[in-house]
Amino acid sequence: MKTYLAQRLGIAALTLFGMSVVIFVLLRLAPGDIVDILFSTGGYVNPSERVAIEKELGLDQPIWRQYMDWLRHMATGDLGKSYRYDLPAWEIIKPLFPVTLELATLSMIVAVLLGVPTGVISAVRQDTSLDYVLRVLSLAGLSMPSFWLGMVIILALVAWIGWIPPMTYVPASENFKLHCIQFALPALAVGYRSSALITRITRSALLEVMREDYIRTARAKGQGERTVIWSHALKNAILPVVTVIGIEFAFLIGGLIVTETVFNLPGVARFLVQAIAWRDYPIVQTLVMFTAAIVIFSNLAVDMLYGVLDPRVRIGGG
Amino acid sequence: MAAERRPTRASAAAILLRFCRKKPLGAAGGFIMLLIVFTAIFANVLQTQDPIATNAADTLARPSAAHWLGTDHLGRDIYSRILHGARVSLLVGLGSTAVASLLGGVIGLLSGYVGGKTDLVVQRIMDILQGLPLLVLALVMSAALGPSIPNVILAISIPIMPRAARVIRASVLSIREFQYVEAARALGVRHLRIAFRHILPNTIGPFIVLATAQLGSAILVEATLSFLGLGVPEPYPSWGRMLSVSAAEYAQKAPWLVLFPGMAISLAVFGSNLLGDALRDTLDPRLRGA
Repeated sequence: MKTYLAQRLGIAALTLFGMSVVIFVLLRLAPGDIVDILFSTGGYVNPSERVAIEKELGLDQPIWRQYMDWLRHMATGDLGKSYRYDLPAWEIIKPLFPVTLELATLSMIVAVLLGVPTGVISAVRQDTSLDYVLRVLSLAGLSMPSFWLGMVIILALVAWIGWIPPMTYVPASENFKLHCIQFALPALAVGYRSSALITRITRSALLEVMREDYIRTARAKGQGERTVIWSHALKNAILPVVTVIGIEFAFLIGGLIVTETVFNLPGVARFLVQAIAWRDYPIVQTLVMFTAAIVIFSNLAVDMLYGVLDPRVRIGGG
Repeated sequence: MAAERRPTRASAAAILLRFCRKKPLGAAGGFIMLLIVFTAIFANVLQTQDPIATNAADTLARPSAAHWLGTDHLGRDIYSRILHGARVSLLVGLGSTAVASLLGGVIGLLSGYVGGKTDLVVQRIMDILQGLPLLVLALVMSAALGPSIPNVILAISIPIMPRAARVIRASVLSIREFQYVEAARALGVRHLRIAFRHILPNTIGPFIVLATAQLGSAILVEATLSFLGLGVPEPYPSWGRMLSVSAAEYAQKAPWLVLFPGMAISLAVFGSNLLGDALRDTLDPRLRGA
C-alpha cells in the first residue's frame, strides 16, 4: 500500500511538472502581453518607460529563465505577483476561494441527489417509458450549456414571479437567506448538468449488479425488493459511481467558469477568465496549476477510496 | 443473439432501416444531425435576411413575419444568424473532432503497437493533457493562439485528443495479440504496414463511437469559448457569441435573444449525443447500456 501510494504520488508530481511546462509555454505563445494591454489603455507612453516595466515584471528575461524563476518561487510558496493589480497572486485569489468551493460543493450535492436516485429508478424500471423519459431528460441535461441554463433560470424567474436574484455578491453574514438563494440557482444549473453522467453510470452499474447470483439469493430469501435494491445491489454498484463523481469534479470546474460569469459571483473560476483576457500570467499560471493539482489529487483520493469501499480491490502487500 | 449477427450482404438501406427500428432514439439523433447539416449547407437559401447586416431602426424587434425569431440589439435577424451559426458550429465541431480523432488515433495506434518505453512516455504525456478540465485547457489555448476558426479548432482538438488516443490504444492492445497479426508478422510484413493495414481497420468501431461522442462536446466547448469571447471572431455568427454579454444585458427586454441560440446549441449537442449512444450500443456491445 505504501509503495503503491508513493508510486502514485510520484506520477502525480511528474504530471504536475509536465503541466507546468505546458501552461508556461502556452501562455508565452499568446500574442501581446500585459504591457501591451496596459499601454493600449494608457495612450502614448514613451518606449523607455515600456522597457522599464518589462524589466520590472521580468518579461525581458529569456523564457527558460522566467520558467526557472517561477518554479523557484512556487517551491518557496511565493505564487508571484499579479501584473495588473500589483499585489501578490495569493492575496487576490484567497478571498475568491470560499465562493467557488461553496458553489462546487452545492453543485455536487445537487448532482448526486439528482443523479443517483434517477439512475436507480431508471435501472429498476429498465426499458419502460419512465426509463426512456428519465434517460432523455438526463441526456438533455448533458446537452444544454450550463451558462444558457443559468440564463434561462433567471429569465423564468423574471417571467413567473417578476423577481431577479441579486446580481452582486451577497455574503452569508449580510443576508443569509438571499445568499442561499443566490447560490442555489447556479448550483442547480451546474448540478443538473453534472447529474447526467452520474445517472447513466448508476443505471448501468446497477443493471449489471442486478444480474448477479447474490441478488437472486437475496430475493429467494424473501427480502423485499426495496431492501434488495437499496442495500444489496446499490452497495456494489456504487464503486463506478464514486469514480465518476471524482471525474465529475474536473468537469464541474468547467461548468463553474461560465456560471460564475453568468451569475456574476466573485469566484476563482470567473476570475480565471478575466485574468486570461488581461494576460496576467502569474494569476493564470497559479490558477491553472491549482486546478490541475485539485483534479489530480481528487482522482488519487477516489482511487484510495476504492479500497475502503470495496475490500476486493484493496491493494495488498506489494 | 442471432439478431445481432451482421448480415453479410444486407444493403445499406436495410441496415439503416434496422437501425431506425431498433434504436428509435438514435435515429432521432441522426435526423436532428441531418437537419443541422442541411441547415448549414443551405443557410444562404433558407435565410430571410442578411445575417450580418445591422439595422438601427429595428433593434430588439419581437418575433414577427419579417423577423421570424426577432432581432438582436443591432437589429440583426436572429433566425438568419442561427442558420449561419450552424455552419460555424458544425465546422468547428466536425473539424476539431476530425483533428482530435486522427491525431489521437495515430498516436494511440503507434503507442499501443510499439509498446514498451515509447508507450509509457506517450501515456504520461496524455496524462498531462488530461489533467486539466477540457474547458480550462481549451480556454488557455484559444487565448494563446488568438481568435480565428482554425485556432479554435486546434484549441478544442488538443484537449480531446488524449481520449481518442486512449480508446484506440486499448483496442490496438487486444487486436495486436490476434493470430492473424502474428501470421502477418511471420510472413515478414513490415511493422508500419501491419499497424496501418492490418490493425487500424479493426479499430473502426470504437473510432466511430468515439468521434460521435466527441462531436457533442466539441460543439459545446466552441459555444462556451465563443460565449466567453475567446472563440470564433466577428463577423461569423456563432451560437455561443449570440448568447454573450450583449444578450445577457438585453435578456429581460428581449428573451428571444437568449432562448433561440441556446436551443440551437442544445439541439445540436442533444442530436449528436443520441446518435453517439445508439452507435455505441450497436458497434461496441461491450459498452452496452453504459
